[in-house]
Amino acid sequence: MAATTGTTAPSQGEDSVPGSARARKKPRRSYSVGRSAVPYLLVLPALLMELLIHLVPMVVGVVMSFKELTQFYIRNWGAAPWKGLGNYRVAVDFNGAIGHALLHSFLITCAFTVLAVGFSWLLGTTAAILMQDAFRGRGFLRALFMTPYALPIYASVIIWAFMLQHDNGLVNHVLHDQLHLSDKPAFWLIGNNSFVSLVVVSVWRNWPFALLVIMAGMQNIPDELYEASAIDGAGIWQQIRRITMPSLRPINQVLVLVLFLWTFNDFNVPYVLFGQSAPPAGDLISIHIYQASFLTWNFGSGSAMSVLLLLFLLVVTTVYLAFTSLRGRRTSNA
Amino acid sequence: MRRITAAIAAITAITTLAGCGGGTATGNGGNKAPKTLTYWASNQGKSLDDDKQKLTPELQKFEKQTGIHVKLEVVGWPDLLNRVLTAASSGQGPDVLNIGNTWSASLQATGALMPFDDKAFTAIGGKDRFVASALGSTGAAGKPPAAVPLYSLAYGLYYNKKLFKDAGIAGPPATWADLVADGKKLSTGGKHGLAIEGANNAENIHHAYIFAKQHNGDFFDAAGNPTFTSPGAVAGVKQYIDFIASDKITAPGNAEYAQNQSLQDFATGKAGMLLWQAAGVQLAQRGMKPEDWGVAPVPVQSGTPGQGANVDTMVAGINLAVFKNTQNQDGALKFVKFMTSDEEQKILNGKYGSIPAVTSAQSDPQFSNPEQAVLRQGLAKSAVALPQVPKESQFEDLVGTALKDLFADAAAGKPVTTESVQKRLEKAQQQMTG
Amino acid sequence: MPSGYRSPTAKPMSFIWTRRIVLTLIAIFAALPVYVMISTSLKPLQDVTGKFQWIPGHLTLRPYVDIWHTVPLARYFVNSTIVSAAATGLSVLIAVFAAYAVSRYKFKGKRIFTITVLSTQMFPGILFLLPLFLIFVNIGNATGIALYGSRAGLIITYLTFSLPFSIWMLAGYMESIPKGLDEAAMVDGCGPLGALFRVVIPAAVPGIVAVAVYAFMTAWSEVLFASVMTNETTRTLAVGLRGYSTQYDVYWNQVMAASLVVSVPVVAGFLLLQRYLVTGLTAGAVK
Repeated sequence: MAATTGTTAPSQGEDSVPGSARARKKPRRSYSVGRSAVPYLLVLPALLMELLIHLVPMVVGVVMSFKELTQFYIRNWGAAPWKGLGNYRVAVDFNGAIGHALLHSFLITCAFTVLAVGFSWLLGTTAAILMQDAFRGRGFLRALFMTPYALPIYASVIIWAFMLQHDNGLVNHVLHDQLHLSDKPAFWLIGNNSFVSLVVVSVWRNWPFALLVIMAGMQNIPDELYEASAIDGAGIWQQIRRITMPSLRPINQVLVLVLFLWTFNDFNVPYVLFGQSAPPAGDLISIHIYQASFLTWNFGSGSAMSVLLLLFLLVVTTVYLAFTSLRGRRTSNA
Repeated sequence: MRRITAAIAAITAITTLAGCGGGTATGNGGNKAPKTLTYWASNQGKSLDDDKQKLTPELQKFEKQTGIHVKLEVVGWPDLLNRVLTAASSGQGPDVLNIGNTWSASLQATGALMPFDDKAFTAIGGKDRFVASALGSTGAAGKPPAAVPLYSLAYGLYYNKKLFKDAGIAGPPATWADLVADGKKLSTGGKHGLAIEGANNAENIHHAYIFAKQHNGDFFDAAGNPTFTSPGAVAGVKQYIDFIASDKITAPGNAEYAQNQSLQDFATGKAGMLLWQAAGVQLAQRGMKPEDWGVAPVPVQSGTPGQGANVDTMVAGINLAVFKNTQNQDGALKFVKFMTSDEEQKILNGKYGSIPAVTSAQSDPQFSNPEQAVLRQGLAKSAVALPQVPKESQFEDLVGTALKDLFADAAAGKPVTTESVQKRLEKAQQQMTG
Repeated sequence: MPSGYRSPTAKPMSFIWTRRIVLTLIAIFAALPVYVMISTSLKPLQDVTGKFQWIPGHLTLRPYVDIWHTVPLARYFVNSTIVSAAATGLSVLIAVFAAYAVSRYKFKGKRIFTITVLSTQMFPGILFLLPLFLIFVNIGNATGIALYGSRAGLIITYLTFSLPFSIWMLAGYMESIPKGLDEAAMVDGCGPLGALFRVVIPAAVPGIVAVAVYAFMTAWSEVLFASVMTNETTRTLAVGLRGYSTQYDVYWNQVMAASLVVSVPVVAGFLLLQRYLVTGLTAGAVK
């Protein structure tokens, strides 16, 4: 398997450290014996912070999902009547209007996520590979590519909202007025095209992050691998296929998962692009839940939807991790 | 580290004791010093800073009179409702706050706002001082109001005098049929008859409600249950959507307007008519001279504006509420009294171009210019409050979104029929919960 | 150090042309909105709300003057800088510790720890926004530590947003750093922390920089929590920029000008840090 090259790289490096073989035996013991408190102390701050900000509120959120937490009770949650699975039943009743809308929003979000993550990753990888070697203008391009990511999210989305306007936007100006690609200007912020707008804006905003991570990942590919393959007569395209891509696999595993989770949960882009109510084609799940809880003041129902969303993400992530770490184990055994 | 430990201990205590945390420690919320008040003002002026400059001198006057210092925070509209909701759920909020008057009944249901009972009204100078129609938008009928009116507004029909003259139209239309006919005359050469704000939920709701009323319909029955698909409501919504769909007196691009672009189109002469609340100040800011536009009552189906099927505007405006958890209720009431006093009503409404919410201040000559006379007339004679039911906020969201979607269909050239309107409203109604 | 020149093979023309064409296309995609932003920020509002113009008809610097008093931009900028920097510093430090433990130690509960931390990345913000707010308020009532409405509350909130990814990413990095290096340091008398700071961290600099950039941008851009958890004095830029869209009007030109002004330091910071990414300190450490 090509993947083995990636994992042999560090061990090559390790061997090349003088004396590392000598040092290897003893400290192994010191990691496991007599210092059992050390790792716990090291993870403690992270754990405490996650408890405070994520886990405890999450538990509260789950409790909320079993309550009838409408505006009549938000002032005194304790008094809100228990609803059991009632909120969930409504949310997954796909024949009912609420469940149906939720399912629709979920499917839209899935399609959006696949496209947005796919394109972000593709652009990031392409640009990172093409910019691996020095050439004139590389520094400038890097700066340019990073700019979308450096802008505050509100600013970057508002620019797109501005450009995507029906009457005065740049997009219609170019497509309709200048290139005459359509017989009448299209709507980008309402109607079905709003889905396209979402994907484009999300990719524009997120792909530099993919680029950044992949560029950082490429720093870890030892030059020796390229040198060795060059001696074997491999061309640039083969090198990309046989060395670069396999070596990037561990980074990609993290990157794709993170992009997936972010994109799936993305609130800012649709919120700024469409305002408080998104068009049906752009009704991402986060904005949908926001509407269900904050605008209609039904926090119980909104929480139930969030919990369902969380369960879905947990399942996807678990499957993904099981799959990728299985593969990881296989390669490290090789 | 000790802080964090303390924090963790506190969370554990809170979550175990209170079951799920909310509402227990609320007694400590609000403001501990009796000589200060926190006031959340909504954004009424051209920027948050502009509001601050307009309000600060008045707050200083209040401090001079009572010795109570008011900490002002101007909250933008996108944040205001969320801030109020979180304040309500935690008990940690301001002492006095502005709310959109259509939220009154919904917020009243949370119990987070102090009810204005007779005692409270006595403390601020009596209930009869306020304009009756404005009081109709302060909470559910039969309950003490959750807030008092502060700034009042109504819709008027703004028209471009020059465009009217060019098109040979003698005066502003009085009925919708006339408006559509005039609109067609105006819709030439890239110009359009009427500008609307098709993607703005609040605007959509306001107009849809009036149209429904004019068709003898309503979005709620007497018991407060949704009747979105009643024939009157469907006909009303359809009539409004038809400005783009079949009358074609509104540019399709208006379907995505949500940021006052319609005002801009009117001010720049791209549209001949506009339905707006107190647009004068904003038109001036956009460079339109006062002599270039006129204002008339919003049209009706037939006859003249009045009550029943001839209402032509909603009761628009801002209410002032006292947060129930305030530690300084006396001070808060003093502040409400101050803000609703004749003098301050004249000053503040003068600054914002709105209409005083108390009758005695309305007689001031500054509120008698042609624009305000029309709005004041509408408010007094032909205005109706949006439904004063707890589900009003859901209604705004769901029906507002439905209208936005229908406008999008119309703009894309898809047919909008009575059936399609009804189907979309039915979906909205089914999404109503609680 | 040669500046990142990797492959000793000469590039074929097919590669060079692919590179030229593809990068040009990507550059147009990336640059177009940036151009719109710059040109719009130099137009008077009337021109902005009219038909789109590629070249501004009337150039004006007025928006750059107005931005400072339409909203208190300077204060928001200071708030954002403090919050983002503090959240980044703390997040990276905490992540480095945790990642070190995960990559170097076997301990009971390690798997649960990593899975738990990672799973928090999936929590929809909408779900825990309100509970977190309540917890902050209650902590404030119980202990007097003001978290609601304060920068501290935002800092600890934001630092956890970037923790899961940071820990995972850094643990991955540290895995790729030969254990022999820090083991040798420990043999030479360093404690675990000494080994971490003297050997592992320097070798993991590119990863740390990437993670820090991520943490910073996460905090810099967050809108939802900031809109509820801040008040006028602690408001951050991400929410504060919305102030240019008011009851009256959307000041498009000012939003763009303000975004540009506040982004210049961030972009500059990016450029500086890129050097680190490019130089590739790991390569030096491994060889």
